[in-house]
Amino acid sequence: MKSIVCVKRVPDTETRVRIGADQASIDPSGVKFVLNPYDEFAVEAALRQKEAAGAGEVLVLSVGGTDSAETLRTTLAMGADAAVLLKTDTPVEGLAVAAALAAELKERQFDLALFGMKAVDDDLQAVGGMVAELLDLPSATVVTEFSVAHGKVTARREVEGGTEVVELRLPCVLTLTKGAYEPRYASLKGIMAAKKKPLEEKAAQVGDAGTRLQQLSYPPERQAGRIVGQGPDAVPELIRLLREEAKVF
Amino acid sequence: MPGIFAFVEAREGEIRKVAGETVTAARGLADALGVEVHAVVLGAPGLRERVGELGKFGADAVFVGESEALARYSPEGFTTVVVNFLKEHACDVALFPGTAMGKDLGPRVAARLGVGYVSDCTALEVVGGSVVAARPRYAGKIASRVEFTGTPVVAAMRTNVVTAKESRRAGEVRQLDVALNAADFGAIVREIQAAAGEKLDVGEAPVVVSGGRGLREPANFKLLEDLAAALGNAAVGASRAVVDAGWRPHAEQVGQTGKTVSPQLYFAIGISGAIQHLAGMRTARYVVAVNKDPEAPIFKVADYGIVGDLFEIVPRLTEEIRKLRNE
Ligand SMILES: Cc1cc2nc3c(=O)[nH]c(=O)nc-3n(C[C@H](O)[C@H](O)[C@H](O)COP(=O)(O)OP(=O)(O)OC[C@H]3O[C@@H](n4cnc5c(N)ncnc54)[C@H](O)[C@@H]3O)c2cc1C
Ligand SMILES: Nc1ncnc2c1ncn2[C@@H]1O[C@H](COP(=O)(O)O)[C@@H](O)[C@H]1O
Repeated sequence: MKSIVCVKRVPDTETRVRIGADQASIDPSGVKFVLNPYDEFAVEAALRQKEAAGAGEVLVLSVGGTDSAETLRTTLAMGADAAVLLKTDTPVEGLAVAAALAAELKERQFDLALFGMKAVDDDLQAVGGMVAELLDLPSATVVTEFSVAHGKVTARREVEGGTEVVELRLPCVLTLTKGAYEPRYASLKGIMAAKKKPLEEKAAQVGDAGTRLQQLSYPPERQAGRIVGQGPDAVPELIRLLREEAKVF
Repeated sequence: MPGIFAFVEAREGEIRKVAGETVTAARGLADALGVEVHAVVLGAPGLRERVGELGKFGADAVFVGESEALARYSPEGFTTVVVNFLKEHACDVALFPGTAMGKDLGPRVAARLGVGYVSDCTALEVVGGSVVAARPRYAGKIASRVEFTGTPVVAAMRTNVVTAKESRRAGEVRQLDVALNAADFGAIVREIQAAAGEKLDVGEAPVVVSGGRGLREPANFKLLEDLAAALGNAAVGASRAVVDAGWRPHAEQVGQTGKTVSPQLYFAIGISGAIQHLAGMRTARYVVAVNKDPEAPIFKVADYGIVGDLFEIVPRLTEEIRKLRNE
């Protein structure tokens, strides 16, 4: 089982993000960056496939600046075999990233191309599906769990009000959400081993995103409302406010 | 005639409620650009009888593509039909709902056409003849404006941000020719498993009643289910803490690694209000918090808060709402 996992370096979800001077990017100073949480599920899923099959390879790709090498090291420490950094100087997203990843995947042979459901910086939820389309591969998005048998993948994906069970031909693209793949922590041994694993760097063949980010701004802060009261006696007043002020009933 | 394409979501032969939002959003753009709205709905033969209503949200024409190959959602099949339609009708904009289906299909359509795509749009405006999308990033911590460098513009709306408005049109129903064979698809939906009890989905419900670790044990979620039932149009949601503990399914999780919801009314009950939880619900119209800790961060974003023991407050709330409903 040969898997390629695409991962992104993103600000930690706890981080306060501040808009940079150009009004079109964030100010990275003081921001802690991490492996995108959904991509952790994808890495974990790939490692488990390899372990279950008792053979195979897990290759990890990331499009980004030099800092993304650190993120790739994290995946190597978790147990991935090799990594490739597709370098860009400017931040890219959407179709531009999908094109760069598709160009690299096209050169390689794999059974599974795994993605996170979305990157928690741009929150686009698109790159996995775009890559599938560019490579003309079957895909299932928002997958919580999958298995591989007899050259086919059976994946469960979350849809409104239930789950779909999808059967896919190999090779295919899956985008992962939280589900069966609670990510492992890198062990000390894993971290040591990661230092010796191959991490190649090359220029990304970035495409055209078809979109341009005009401007970032801070959304209006939610105004802290009021404490209506203490305990169950405050309930009638709450109901009155919901009816008369908020007009939701 | 160029126009605005609105993807109408149908599942198992039923038009989804979100379709009203998508067509309404398309109508708004069509009026600004002086073009028509083409609504397209795909499904198994027999779908045609169910589409009559769509004109009322402002579709000038409703195209129905019927085929056994479209009986269930297929990324490949749906992309082919939609892309062919967009080319043939020279559409300027293609709008999708912010659902599992819409967010699967939109990126594929954009990639096949080689054009830009954005998801989670909270607004689409026409500025100097071009479309500009407003969408949140960083889990709603930052707002952004995005322009497009080509056409068609492909976008998925965030659910619950557009209020479906009636604006009656002829909504002439037309057949769309579809030549597809499901045997060609590399991915096929084999089975659809409905969540227990056919409940409303948290991502779609106009009212969400969410519970956290303050509920103490899984059985106590009955209190929230009762409240949701009394409200009538509500879904039960959950914090990650209780999903991780296995008390509730992940499908109910609200937040950064769960669902992003924008209901009219959101109840956070026994939820502290961690930043990752807020990420999933900060765009709710009204937030009500019930927590015994007056310092809980959730009160910083709640419009209305009650400090106290949820085990006393929630039953009272349910009772009062029942009373109201019976009036
Ligand atoms: C990468 C990452 C992603 C995450 N994603 C998510 C996510 O998607 N969604 C999410 O929710 N969290 C997420 N989290 C976790 C988040 O940080 C919090 O740990 C979680 O939201 C806490 O859940 P809680 O509010 O139920 O529990 P707690 O923080 O333990 O809060 C329980 C609350 O209940 C109150 N309470 C207790 N008893 C009562 C009572 N009898 N009556 C009234 N109030 C009572 C307490 O005062 C307290 O405020 C994520 C964390 C990380 C690191
Ligand atoms: N720069 C990148 N490098 C590698 N993979 C990426 C990159 N950006 C996005 N992805 C992958 O695509 C998924 C969805 O990202 P997005 O569509 O931006 O929300 C992520 O979870 C990653 O798996």
